[in-house]
Amino acid sequence: MTAPDTPLSPLNPLVPTADPLARTKPASLWRDTLGSILRQRSAVVGLVILLFLVLVAIFAPVIATHDPNQSLLGKEQGVEKREGSCIHALGCPADKPQHYFGTDGNFRDVFSRVVYGTRTSLTIGFAAIAFAIVVGSLIGAFAGFVGGWTDNVLMRLMDVILAFPSLLLAIAIVTAAGRSLVNALLAIGIVSVPIYARVARSAVLATRESDFVTASRALGESSLGILARRILPNSLTPLIVQGTLGIGGAVLEIAALAFVGVTGDLSNAEWGSMIGFERNQLFTAPHIILAPGLAITLTVLGFNLLGDGLRDALDPRLNR
Amino acid sequence: MARFIVRRLLVTIPVLLGIVFVVFILARVVPGDPCRAVLGERATDAVCDAFIVRYGLDKAIAPGLYKAGSSWEFRVADVPATIVDNQFTSYLGQLAAGDLGTSIKHSRPVTRLLVERLPTTIELTLLAMLFATVVGIPIGLLSAVRRNSPVDVGSMIVANLGVSMPVFVLGLVLAYVFAIVLKDTPLSLPPSGRLSSGVEVRPLVEVWGLEGLQGLPRGILDFLSGIYTFSALITGQWGAWVDALRHLILPAIALGTIPLAIIARITRSSLLEVLGQDYVRTARAKGLKERAVVLRHGTRNALLPVVTIIGLQLGLLLSGAVLTETVFNLAGVGRTLFEAITGRDYVVIQSFTLLIAVTYVLVNLIVDVSYGYLDPRIRYR
Repeated sequence: MTAPDTPLSPLNPLVPTADPLARTKPASLWRDTLGSILRQRSAVVGLVILLFLVLVAIFAPVIATHDPNQSLLGKEQGVEKREGSCIHALGCPADKPQHYFGTDGNFRDVFSRVVYGTRTSLTIGFAAIAFAIVVGSLIGAFAGFVGGWTDNVLMRLMDVILAFPSLLLAIAIVTAAGRSLVNALLAIGIVSVPIYARVARSAVLATRESDFVTASRALGESSLGILARRILPNSLTPLIVQGTLGIGGAVLEIAALAFVGVTGDLSNAEWGSMIGFERNQLFTAPHIILAPGLAITLTVLGFNLLGDGLRDALDPRLNR
Repeated sequence: MARFIVRRLLVTIPVLLGIVFVVFILARVVPGDPCRAVLGERATDAVCDAFIVRYGLDKAIAPGLYKAGSSWEFRVADVPATIVDNQFTSYLGQLAAGDLGTSIKHSRPVTRLLVERLPTTIELTLLAMLFATVVGIPIGLLSAVRRNSPVDVGSMIVANLGVSMPVFVLGLVLAYVFAIVLKDTPLSLPPSGRLSSGVEVRPLVEVWGLEGLQGLPRGILDFLSGIYTFSALITGQWGAWVDALRHLILPAIALGTIPLAIIARITRSSLLEVLGQDYVRTARAKGLKERAVVLRHGTRNALLPVVTIIGLQLGLLLSGAVLTETVFNLAGVGRTLFEAITGRDYVVIQSFTLLIAVTYVLVNLIVDVSYGYLDPRIRYR
């Protein structure tokens, strides 16, 4: 969040001093952007967390110690229901079966379920927000570009969606469309559309009147061409920042939907449903709730930190 | 200012109508047969036909639009005949008359249900918001004043964790810590319900000897009685008041933590921005104490964006309330609505969602207006 400590020039305090002879390479947009992102401490921490989670998701079959959906009753010697954590290296007796995060009410390994849950949450979070960004920016860009009545009607429609508490609207949509993870994904996508529609619209309104758009128009480029090639690329930054923060929110919402039990099959290795399924066992086996709970928190934290960092790095109004 | 408020109100009307329509259609898109959802799978066809006629569910939903079973049908020929007489217009008529309908499942007027369930949610959200504001703003101010100190870094790390933790996980962890780990210590707190068994808050009508009262005044009094922390306080039922408050602490903390973290962060960045302004330098240059600079010149201006955020968060709290009420076994609006959606109780879905959405729109309206009022620079013309 803080600006990097660069030595300031005595002549112009706004421009960092640079040795004019040291600079040989021309500035590259991508390298500059990457550099300013990496100077944000929160972005780096967020990136590290997310990189770790992506690796866990990819290598889930290698990392997991058990089949996440298989009951170990009768499959493993001495396995017990809702047994707490047992790690041999940390002094757990060797005759007890090893489970890093213990077992759940169906004799399943909680650690393996948490590991596989990473796949579900990351995929759904990404997919839901990708859907929302595509649909939202199409609506917003169209509304902003056309203006007038179309704009008014579309944006009032977005206001209507925003007026509902998003979780309740998502619950209603999932119940209406049928309980399943895919419908939950779509529901979260739909309730997030207005946010991106607004962001895209304001970005379009801001760039529509700029000189380079006027120039393209003077060169005879079609409206659609201007929208697609000139305006949308310039609206990408706020969408990406909002989207990164949005994935964190989507991960929270998918967990909440699964927690209240509207995502259908509860046997899936999904963090929210793991908690919802065992929540009455809180007082006897808190580890079953704590492990997926911390996993959700870590994931959301990663996206929030990265999103904050991206905003600070990419928003020219905040920096420099 | 007056013109701004009027214009803002006029813009709100189509949004509200849109909300009514969306709620109405959504309640009917929920699949399944309302009759069998209420009367059970074994209800006979004759019973169900009578049920459907009784609640007017056989009429057109909107002009020409019918729903039979789970299939939708649009009959163009029927549009003129049903343009006035359909479920939507009769719903609007009911709404205009202040009648929210009768819950199919609870077979009680929805207004009655609201009188019972709304106080819980109001109590919960207000206490959560109070907690978030009273704790969040000072943390934000302190972090800004002591920028980059351990206090700042520490509280911002906690704030980041706070916005990232799901309400239900935090709620369950709090319940575990305060009801199990700290059991039999003075710090132990109850993990569910609104009152301990055996404890009762005597309703206001009983305390004031007004049992004969009927209609709206009775409804209002019963509603106020439901807000235990309020009714027990004004009637001096101290034991019950303490018990009700103790039951509210954990849910309010669980629900208030996300807004708290957001408020702290916004307050911090807002004060930092204000403290960099020229007039703050002027105030310092003329020799004002740092305390006066921060509190009188800085904080007053820094809190403007915080007001907006508080308004926005109040709407979001209602989403969190569904989860909090589930975790802590509270029969509030969020929980009732969730049960209505899964139990296909159209009337309750409609009126409760409508109530929530309208509250949200009105809160935002109030925020917009107060923003113009608090900040003389934004005087709307």
